[in-house]
Amino acid sequence: MVRIYIDQKPYDVKPGKNLLETCLTLGLDLPYFCWHPAMGSVGACRQCAVKLFKDENDKTGRLAMACMEGVRDNMYLSVNDTAAHDFRSQNIEWLMSNHPHDCAVCDEGGSCHLQDMTVMTGHAYRRFRYPKRTYQNQYLGPFLHHEMNRCIQCYRCVRFYKDYAGGKDLDVFAAHNHVYFGREKDGVLENEFSGNLAEVCPTGVFTDKTLREHYTRKWDMTMAPSICQHCSLGCNIIAGERYGALRQITNRFNGEVNGYFICDRGRYGYEFVNDPDRVRQPFVRAENEGNNLFESLNAIFTEGPMIGIGSPRASLEANFALRRLVGEANFYQGIPEDEARLLDKVLAIRKNGNVYSPSLKETEYADVVLVLGEDPTNSAPRLALALRQAVRTKPLEDMAPSNIPLWHDAAVRELIQDDKGALFMAYPVHTKLDELASGTLHAAPEDIARFGFAIAHYIDGNEALPESMEPQALESARRMADLLQKAKRPLIVSGTSLLNEAIIQAAYRIGRALEKDDRKAGLCLVIPECNSAGLAMMQAPSLRQAMKAAETGGFTTAIILENDLYRRGERSGVDRFLNAFKNIMVLDHIQNDTTSKATILLPAATFAEGEGTLVNNELRAQRFFQVFMPKNEHIRESWRWLDEFRQFREGTMPDELRELDNLLEELVASMPQFKGVEAAAPLSDFRINGQRIPREPHRFSGRTAMLANVAVSEPKPPEDTDSPLSFTMEGYRGMPPAPLTPFYWSPGWNSGQSVHKYQSEAGGALRGGDPGVRLSAEALHFANGLSTHIPPAFERQENEMTLVPLPHIFGSDELSVHSPSVESRSPRPYIALNGLDAARLQVAEGDVLQMQIGGQVYDLPVIRKDEIPQGLAGLPYNLPALSGIAWPAKGVLTKAML
Amino acid sequence: MIAQDTLTTEEMAEIDHEIALVPVRRAAAIEALKIVQQHRGWISDDSLQAIADYLEISPEELDSVATFYNLVFRRPVGRNIILLCDSISCYVMGYEKIYVQLRERLGIGFGQTTADGRFTLLPNACLGTCDHAPALMINNELFRNVTEHDLEEILDRYH
Amino acid sequence: MTWKKYWTDTTDDMERPLTEHISFDRPCYNLRDYEMNGGYQALRKALTLSPENITNIVQASDLKGRGGAGFNTGMKWSFVPMNGDYPVKYLIANADEMEPGTFKDRMLMEGNPHQLIEGMIISAFAIQANISYIFLRWAYKKAGRLLKHAMDEAYAAGYLGKNILGTGYNLEMYLHTGVGRYICGEETALLNALEGKRATPRAKPPFPQVSGLFGKPTIVNNVETLCNIPHIINNGPEWFKSLGKGNDAGTKIYGVSGRVKKPGLWELPMGVSMRELIEDCAGGMANGYGFRGALPGGASTDFLVKEHLDISLDFKSVAVAGSRLGTGTMIILDDHTCPVGFVHNLEHFFAQESCGWCTPCREGLPWTEKILLSIERGEGKPEDLNLLETHTRFLGPGNTFCALAPGAMEPLQSALKYFREDFERHIDQKKCPWR
Repeated sequence: MVRIYIDQKPYDVKPGKNLLETCLTLGLDLPYFCWHPAMGSVGACRQCAVKLFKDENDKTGRLAMACMEGVRDNMYLSVNDTAAHDFRSQNIEWLMSNHPHDCAVCDEGGSCHLQDMTVMTGHAYRRFRYPKRTYQNQYLGPFLHHEMNRCIQCYRCVRFYKDYAGGKDLDVFAAHNHVYFGREKDGVLENEFSGNLAEVCPTGVFTDKTLREHYTRKWDMTMAPSICQHCSLGCNIIAGERYGALRQITNRFNGEVNGYFICDRGRYGYEFVNDPDRVRQPFVRAENEGNNLFESLNAIFTEGPMIGIGSPRASLEANFALRRLVGEANFYQGIPEDEARLLDKVLAIRKNGNVYSPSLKETEYADVVLVLGEDPTNSAPRLALALRQAVRTKPLEDMAPSNIPLWHDAAVRELIQDDKGALFMAYPVHTKLDELASGTLHAAPEDIARFGFAIAHYIDGNEALPESMEPQALESARRMADLLQKAKRPLIVSGTSLLNEAIIQAAYRIGRALEKDDRKAGLCLVIPECNSAGLAMMQAPSLRQAMKAAETGGFTTAIILENDLYRRGERSGVDRFLNAFKNIMVLDHIQNDTTSKATILLPAATFAEGEGTLVNNELRAQRFFQVFMPKNEHIRESWRWLDEFRQFREGTMPDELRELDNLLEELVASMPQFKGVEAAAPLSDFRINGQRIPREPHRFSGRTAMLANVAVSEPKPPEDTDSPLSFTMEGYRGMPPAPLTPFYWSPGWNSGQSVHKYQSEAGGALRGGDPGVRLSAEALHFANGLSTHIPPAFERQENEMTLVPLPHIFGSDELSVHSPSVESRSPRPYIALNGLDAARLQVAEGDVLQMQIGGQVYDLPVIRKDEIPQGLAGLPYNLPALSGIAWPAKGVLTKAML
Repeated sequence: MIAQDTLTTEEMAEIDHEIALVPVRRAAAIEALKIVQQHRGWISDDSLQAIADYLEISPEELDSVATFYNLVFRRPVGRNIILLCDSISCYVMGYEKIYVQLRERLGIGFGQTTADGRFTLLPNACLGTCDHAPALMINNELFRNVTEHDLEEILDRYH
Repeated sequence: MTWKKYWTDTTDDMERPLTEHISFDRPCYNLRDYEMNGGYQALRKALTLSPENITNIVQASDLKGRGGAGFNTGMKWSFVPMNGDYPVKYLIANADEMEPGTFKDRMLMEGNPHQLIEGMIISAFAIQANISYIFLRWAYKKAGRLLKHAMDEAYAAGYLGKNILGTGYNLEMYLHTGVGRYICGEETALLNALEGKRATPRAKPPFPQVSGLFGKPTIVNNVETLCNIPHIINNGPEWFKSLGKGNDAGTKIYGVSGRVKKPGLWELPMGVSMRELIEDCAGGMANGYGFRGALPGGASTDFLVKEHLDISLDFKSVAVAGSRLGTGTMIILDDHTCPVGFVHNLEHFFAQESCGWCTPCREGLPWTEKILLSIERGEGKPEDLNLLETHTRFLGPGNTFCALAPGAMEPLQSALKYFREDFERHIDQKKCPWR
């Protein structure tokens, strides 16, 4: 700690920080624009001026920008000094001289950092009496709206988009007071993190275009802390609603997970909640005997054994409620056998515990990274952003002798220039991260695994070396082994995307070998869906086992939880499975092929309409909270439907008040592996001073009028029996516990920038610790140990193509693709071939290849990717038009083509 | 994106020479813009794309640089470019009179090109010949102590 | 019209090392001419000294940067790490002369390109840099041609390239011409321009001596500064100090432009008086024109007025008088020129040349420009003068990212001080009294 004096008051503060973040940590309101806690200081906006004194006797002092001054022991400064205050006020006046003052029609109004800072500095009267500068706006694609006239030129957008996220198609143009931030010409912003610009921009230049379609002011939204549903990383989000529609997703800070940023799939995928194809009514198929729901249900629950199919995109609570309803023995994971086996492998590695599992944040600190068989940009996008930061770790450490502080972003970037730490990408096709990579391997999954085993061998000679590898590959593996061994914090990223067990094994062997070598190796494993880990931890058999059981078990009823089985395997197989049942009960959000087979279809609440817990890829259990009560009372959480069925069958009355809490307690009681999960967030009876946490800001407007078209009397607000949050603006106004924070607000800080008030220090962990509980895999049991089997090298097949699944950030995720904006960014079906294969098949780029995959024929336009090994073809994974493929898959040319 | 336009062999050779002198390819951006402008008079969107492709950077990255500098022309210019110094010594020595005369004679103001494409007139910061103000530059030629009287003759040299 | 008169006019026996071999009556010296007149002797001598020794000599000579900042050159060099940890270092000649009213480096480069090249080689050797650049202003076509030719000659003669004069020292030299931006003259912005980027200045610290071009240790020196180096090496620091008249060492290329009889450049002892410069060298004010004031060292320096005519033009004396020596090239404000229009022209220039990085400069300068224009057009309001003063205060050093805006405020703040009644007359009469 060092001692500094601010306005004559002594403070003991952390060294190594700049004065701005220090002041913010101390709770002093110092305005700023260009500084960002994740991006550091560049000294451009000149807003955070303070007075610095040489010593305690210096009464004159000099103005200095707080963001550009490191704290030093015995530093004397003043925030309240008149000259500093006047300068800050003048600076705002400069910024506002060309600003259109269009707050009333600006989407940012009410959550605008520029508004807040303007009020904070006291600038109120406009002396600039000349015409304002104006700009043309650009079309930037489906995610962001552009309004350049509002720009205050803080450069945060380009710093985030280019420097932080590696985007290429947004930049700053021209000079002096004509500088312009945008693209070279109109067009879709291509970077996967573009949506963060809406939050990074301190005013309304970049705003959420999907919000604009159904605009609501921040203060008029009902909001809840939530967890992203669209990949396995579990980024924390805030979801906001008004008039029964989900309006917006913004980032919710979690220092261990997503920090300040989320990907565009996470931000824009929410609109499936508002999909016109939502299941809205319970539906009982006419030919079914009972023709009302109650009778049908009664029949089902008295009619003999039921099979329950769980879901990796449903909450722990929902899966557990199903398991309880159908019985442990009749509960299945609802995922393909191969996927279940891979997830077992991932959990077994975690159980062994001898390779460190880093948090998403920790991956940013890796100094050497090996990515084995994943394309994080598409399979776990936020991880790709973290790895972009990781390649800077080594150069940042190397520059330590220069004494340039890490927060000094401008100087740091000039000094390290293009220096990068080692990143090796092994994947069948080019990935976006290849541009940062010091080495790449484009190979078949088997050969990626073999490459991994070879690396393990070169680290630990006891590990077997794959036979008959090319000398070049061996040399490359040896070099990688050397880099990993020299690293201080080596990281191996792998996962399930290529559906290849050996890759995960190889990644683990490398981690093991490094651990033996006493390196603090991290192993980050990407898995398929938002609750894949939670479901897998229940250790239920796979869908294939369910199919087998259905053939032999004499089940009359299947209950399918939030799962479109037609995305899990071949159509014919799923048909056969479903046809085996008299009753098919499906609970889901949106109509799909499985719901169309339902004899009883129940509308299931989405993440926005109910509570639940998800377990992410690092086994972090995180709770999401209901954002709003659906107007349609038939839409209920799956766990509520299922738990009430159980009680209905058992003849007990549900304890509505603690229904969710009870379920969690039962979950832990019956499956010790979930010990601690209840602590992911406070339970429903949590209160502060006897008060709930309001989901609505205290400025929420229109409550008495918003339903006046329906009834003039103001209805009683819905009551929340499942959480400590209220659906009103009343309740505890202070700082809620981190997992229960529904929105960021602090007096004078209306925008998301107020998050620093919720942190223990500016940019640091949330007060009370970042939310989420890491579960332990220790209590799990595995029949098979971790294998060290090295697969044979890939061999090209004469009459067929071996297919590799290529996930796409926009398109491969089942729910987000229902958002029109995300759907518009999704690729059309294609098949990616090596040019030599294309020549052999006599097709050129763009030609349509008719290919039989399993029992089905697909028309696939050809894309040439010459890096793919011959005999291998890439197929976009689980696009809506390409579902129903049983992986691993082969493709055979149809007779028509031949 | 693939550029509609491609660089000529000559342009590429000149750019390659500049690339060889710098540690990273994109550091030759300004030189490359100069080279192509030398050959083509200005940098069209297509030329920009072609240069960007060649330097392995995005058109945004290149245009960000191109639009920063005064003398990279991102719009078509005339065959001859008149750069009239409007800085302080020339101001004191009466450049405004020269400007009025140019405007009258050519029918264009600053930033404009004559209809016949013969001249583009641009204001320019100090030409560094302040002891001979007012000064102007046409293409690569410097004219000093310019008087209203000289102007006619100077312009006649350019077609 | 020739350049000749500027230094042949003053016929005395003072030493003029920088311009001794410059004459525009003949082609500039080629390598052979230069060598025959003592050229590259300093380099030969320097290569026998240790780099630290050269730095010490230069530091002892009290040579101060001639680009305007006036920092001790040797001391600047001494911050370059010499411990061998940095295999790549750069030396750059800042030849991006673009300060309005400044035209001295052009003369040095067109008059004797080898002098600059020799100075650069010695300087590069002193910091053990192996790559050097001349960052030349685009408009200096002739200087560019001559420098290129001289560089080729130097390469051919073994003064540049590998194993220079058999000493094992290597130095490459490249000529880079800018594409027009005043801010490129700011040394860190210049580095960004050389890296092919937008020429926005960088934060200091870290200084270029530690993290400069491509993140490597780099020295950027003005052309005139570098041209002095061979003479200091040849004649020693004491000799150099003895050349100056007042507080500063050496000679200086002074210049005068505006309504004087003979505008031009002169190499004179550091510390001549303003009166000597204007009256003796420039021949006094042109007929019919009276002296009202002058910017002593380019557009970004404060006005000096009649009461200052006898101050000595060295860094310290000019600072005491409330201005800066800057580049030493003086722009005269005469009594036929409207001071408001004069300052408006300057602020227009600075507003245009702001890089757009920091708020006060990007937004403040255009505002002052607009106020000045409205005053000049007779649309000014009394409160405008306070607003201008506010700007001069808030756009001061330290408040902006680099020195551009503070420089821009220097002529404005002093104009408000010395010519306030002229501003007021515009506002009272609702027109420009000069029009």
